[in-house]
Amino acid sequence: MTDNDATDQMPENVPAPTGEVHEVGVRHGMFGVHGTGDTSGYGGLVRPTVYPGDAQRPYGGWYDEVADALEVATPRVVIDRGEITFHVRREDLPTVAKLLRDELKFELLSGVSGVHYPDDHGAELHAVYHLLSMTYNRRIRVEVTAPDADPHVPSLVPLYPTADWHERETFDMFGIVFDGHPALTRILMPDDWPGHPQRKDYPLGGIPVEYKGGSVPPPDQRRSYN
Amino acid sequence: MSTDYYASGADTTDGKVFTVTGQDWDSIAQGLSDEEMAERVVVNMGPQHPSTHGVLRLILELEGETVTEARCGIGYLHTGIEKNMEFRSWTQGVTFCTRMDYLSPFFNEMTYVLGVERLLGIEDDVPEKAQVMRVLLMELNRISSHLVCIATGGMEIGALTVMTIGFRERELVLDLFELITGLRMNHAFIRPGGVAQDLPHGALDEIRSFIALMRKRLPEYADLCNANPIFKGRLEGVGHLDLEGCLALGMTGPVLRSTGYPWDLRKTQPYCGYETYDFEVQTWDTSDAYGRFRVRLNEMWESLKIVEQAADRLAKLDGAPVMVADKKVAWPSQLAIGSDGMGNSLDHIRHIMGESMEALIHHFKLVTEGFRVPPGQVYVPVESPRGELGAHVVSDGGTRPFRAHFRDPSFTNLQATSVMSEGGMVADVIVAIASIDPVMGGVDR
Repeated sequence: MTDNDATDQMPENVPAPTGEVHEVGVRHGMFGVHGTGDTSGYGGLVRPTVYPGDAQRPYGGWYDEVADALEVATPRVVIDRGEITFHVRREDLPTVAKLLRDELKFELLSGVSGVHYPDDHGAELHAVYHLLSMTYNRRIRVEVTAPDADPHVPSLVPLYPTADWHERETFDMFGIVFDGHPALTRILMPDDWPGHPQRKDYPLGGIPVEYKGGSVPPPDQRRSYN
Repeated sequence: MSTDYYASGADTTDGKVFTVTGQDWDSIAQGLSDEEMAERVVVNMGPQHPSTHGVLRLILELEGETVTEARCGIGYLHTGIEKNMEFRSWTQGVTFCTRMDYLSPFFNEMTYVLGVERLLGIEDDVPEKAQVMRVLLMELNRISSHLVCIATGGMEIGALTVMTIGFRERELVLDLFELITGLRMNHAFIRPGGVAQDLPHGALDEIRSFIALMRKRLPEYADLCNANPIFKGRLEGVGHLDLEGCLALGMTGPVLRSTGYPWDLRKTQPYCGYETYDFEVQTWDTSDAYGRFRVRLNEMWESLKIVEQAADRLAKLDGAPVMVADKKVAWPSQLAIGSDGMGNSLDHIRHIMGESMEALIHHFKLVTEGFRVPPGQVYVPVESPRGELGAHVVSDGGTRPFRAHFRDPSFTNLQATSVMSEGGMVADVIVAIASIDPVMGGVDR
């Protein structure tokens, strides 16, 4: 080891400890072209999609205080880019939310945001809650998951009435069923709409647009470089 | 008397249904009195109605003129912006989200861009001038947004002068936007890493004369409204929601501050250097529509103070960069307005098409492919004119947002409609909703 060790200069280059890498799917190729056209060899690239791993104690600052209080739910804690996320089991969500609201003074639930990870097998649907403590001026994120086959998450409406429309929206867009919600109906899409539009397996739709003799395919059918 | 076929009513499985088109109350009252159904009337108000603030549908259950139940039907303006953003590059996403809450486009751009910048880890690299320009534009935008709120709110209770002068002043702000960004709305001006363009020549003079003019004109609103007995009679005590109710329902912005709680993200969780500006958080202690009006009025004065400070800083930052130095994020071309009035970048086109193959590759990699953003998720809220506006931005390491969800304050605050209007008069529903100031583009996204 020298003073110029690369990992000293760039801490992000330190390899994550074994078993703590949270891998969600893989990315193939580089230029979005499959089957033809790519002679560069980059098309054969396979890269895992790795989300930030678990944080190690001590988390520092008030993070430990909150984490101690939530110890009953044994959350997986991720601290990334200055934001703390508690991944809890969905059955623990009401307990955790009640603790957060009553003991830790997270008075305000900013909202519920659904995310669909089709390659996160067994936990495809994520419901992400952003909470704000105005008393202590703190923000945390609580994340729960549900498999596609059983898309149920307990509702937080009894604890945070503001979750009402947010959960309806998440149900509308992702099909996550919030058990205990007083009236879980669609909110943005028409009542008889088939499917849940924000899921990754739901097509964007659209028709080719013709302009000056050229034709532009709809966005989800264009060549993508993702 | 001419026969109004629609107002005469039609029998359906849900009871008798009347279509009200205005000036037909007599025939409806007659139709109602025919049967024993007058005690409970369900009124569908909107989605096309001049005083529901856009395409908001209200379902009101009335007893006489008292509202017993009020529910909102939303979704009429849903355009799938969040879904669309998943199919465009990170920079193009700005073009979509600016269209959500069309009265405060810069705030939509700002919260998304702050999220992208935090994901990229370039928050501290954004040049000072870009941050000052962002603050300047956001505060001008706050003024124009509050003006529309006060103007339309006034119009809905019959104060038409408030409406005309409100839109008169808003026009001045929109002229400034057009001068600085090229567009009156849907600017897509705030980009990941900075802003799209430098301040044009003469913009600071225009801003200064605007500030001077606004200092003369803002008192007109106070003169017209503050002590006006009719205005106060319509607003005072209407749409009451105390602090406890606000927190339970997730209310933020002027509604929260009208309860006397000075929560403003610009002070409590500063971004873009707001901690370096001198301004006060405005509160009122009545928790009603009148308090919200006064909070908005006072906030315009504070915004004017910030705009002035930002203009002073910009005067010292002449020629400073407005985009991060990292060429892997910053847009390679700078648009210029040609003789035909259209924006293009002829020098850049000549460079990439005729001079440098590497520049062409770089242009393609950045503009067509887009930059990659390391995997992760962030939530960076800003204080929009309506409250906490936040973008939950998730990246999977690609050149497009994996998910961008906007926590829009209009959406959240509109949930308070029932609490604010049940038990009150029909006419007060309009005032209560106007005091929330929902923008349906933001509600439905």
